[in-house]
Amino acid sequence: MLEIKNINVFYGDLQVLWDVSFQVEPGEIVALIGANGAGKSTTLRTISGLLRPKSGEVTLDGQPLHSLEPYDLITLGIAHVPEARRLFVEMTVEENLDMGSLRGPAKLKRKETKEMVFSLFPRLSERRRQQSGTLSGGEQQMLAIGRGLMGLPKVIMFDEPSLGLAPILVGEIFEIIKRIREEGKTVLIVEQNVRQTLAIADRAYVLETGKVTMAGKGRDMLNDEHVKAAYLGV
Amino acid sequence: MWVQAEVFLQTLVSGLLLGGLYALIGIGMTLILGVMKIINLTHGQLMMVAMYLAFWLFTLFGIDPYLSLLIVPPLMFAFGMGIQKFLVNPVLRVESILPHNQVILTVGIGMVLQNLATLFFTSDYRSIPVGYASTVWYLTDLWRDSPVELSFSLPWVVSFMLAVVITLMLWFFLAKTDTGKSIRATAQDRDAAMLMGVHVGWMRVITFGLGSALVAAAGCLFIPIYYLFPALGSQFTLIAFVITILGGLGSTIGAILGGLLLGVFESMTATYVGMGWAPAGRFVVFVAALVFLPGGVASLLKRRKLGK
Ligand SMILES: Nc1ncnc2c1ncn2[C@@H]1O[C@H](COP(=O)(O)OP(=O)(O)OP(=O)(O)O)[C@@H](O)[C@H]1O
Ligand SMILES: [Mg+2]
Repeated sequence: MLEIKNINVFYGDLQVLWDVSFQVEPGEIVALIGANGAGKSTTLRTISGLLRPKSGEVTLDGQPLHSLEPYDLITLGIAHVPEARRLFVEMTVEENLDMGSLRGPAKLKRKETKEMVFSLFPRLSERRRQQSGTLSGGEQQMLAIGRGLMGLPKVIMFDEPSLGLAPILVGEIFEIIKRIREEGKTVLIVEQNVRQTLAIADRAYVLETGKVTMAGKGRDMLNDEHVKAAYLGV
Repeated sequence: MWVQAEVFLQTLVSGLLLGGLYALIGIGMTLILGVMKIINLTHGQLMMVAMYLAFWLFTLFGIDPYLSLLIVPPLMFAFGMGIQKFLVNPVLRVESILPHNQVILTVGIGMVLQNLATLFFTSDYRSIPVGYASTVWYLTDLWRDSPVELSFSLPWVVSFMLAVVITLMLWFFLAKTDTGKSIRATAQDRDAAMLMGVHVGWMRVITFGLGSALVAAAGCLFIPIYYLFPALGSQFTLIAFVITILGGLGSTIGAILGGLLLGVFESMTATYVGMGWAPAGRFVVFVAALVFLPGGVASLLKRRKLGK
């Protein structure tokens, strides 16, 4: 279980997260929703160790993460598919996937995992020697997800995976996220596409200006008056 | 007619041979620039130190400079790693007092190295009396009916070929090994590399070591054909800088082309303008590249690839 307990996070002197707490149980899809600038990406960056909380803790199965070096987190089974994909644009598709499996047991299973990723995304397989910077937006997102899966994570975090994609592709990405969960992985997802996210999420938390203001089941949230007004535009 | 063609071809050959060595120097600086985002203004001084090492290995133990390729670059690899770990990294952590204070640090290291070299070795010009220094091959020896006559100095040709071999080895390392890929990834997106489990700090140390080893290798290749003196360091730092700008700041292929281009240009300047004009020519290339080709040769390559 991934547990975030009362984290306070700053950029310099500016506090961005205030006593944020939530948990993600094994096998769940948990969504974090909120307006622009609410602190969603900051939360994910703190979990994956790019930022350190000033106080509070992040634990995975009871093991504290916030004191580890960021480059060791991936070996504990946490993958972060970052906002705006952050591919290595001057590397090929295949090299990007290799980068996802640098450490631990994932390195030994690189070949098999790569085949698994290619069967999940046949379009990447056809383009395995293409520079990732020249892929279409949808293909780039698939590669970012594939690269995350290459680390054989227990928990995979997605930061706005549908950003900038055509509606038909958005649907495809959400289908894939559901499939990833069915294969036994735990998912934490941050999205602007609130309706579709809540439809696949078991539970969701609302983050408003750095504080968790609501928590509930995905489907219940879809019918909540406040959520409807603030995030669903109805 | 034939005479003019001969002079031109001979100048071109000399330029390319020189350019191959320049490329090796430029690649090292480019690697460091890519990963650290700083211009290493002690690059030439590192080469100077490597050349003194090769010089003393020869003078004291009779080790041929080409053989010292197996000794000097590894030593300079360690030295470069030390510079990064104990000097540059601590500065990196200090909230910058001055912008680019790491670059200023490299200038300082360069000055210290140059002054130490002057102190210990004086500013005398030195060279290694290797037996093959003046061995020359002629084109007509290989091809009897050649319409033009070209000469190839043995140490220049050997140095060039070794530079090519080292470049290929580096390419293999960067393209095919996980550590090489991690270095490239760190250069492209530091945070994303960290998410992949890359120990970014360690990559910086390795890269500075690698850049130092490459320029040290260039030093070993230069010493059979060049004079050695302490101020040669700053001269080669400038050369490396020009190549890096020419190449497009951070592109390895660009640095190779930039090195070849500068080598040919200097050689042409020496033949057609006058022996002493190479440094002036270098300066012209530098300014011209900044003004007319801000992205360097790499930007031309990229434009071609995108079909623009
Ligand atoms: N590197 C940074 N330095 C300073 N402030 C930052 C930095 N990154 C983010 N912030 C600030 O922190 C706050 C939260 O940012 P964050 O990126 O976590 O928001 P978000 O919820 O992911 O927003 P979005 O939906 O737009 O991605 C914002 O006010 C932002 O301006
Ligand atoms: Mg965000």
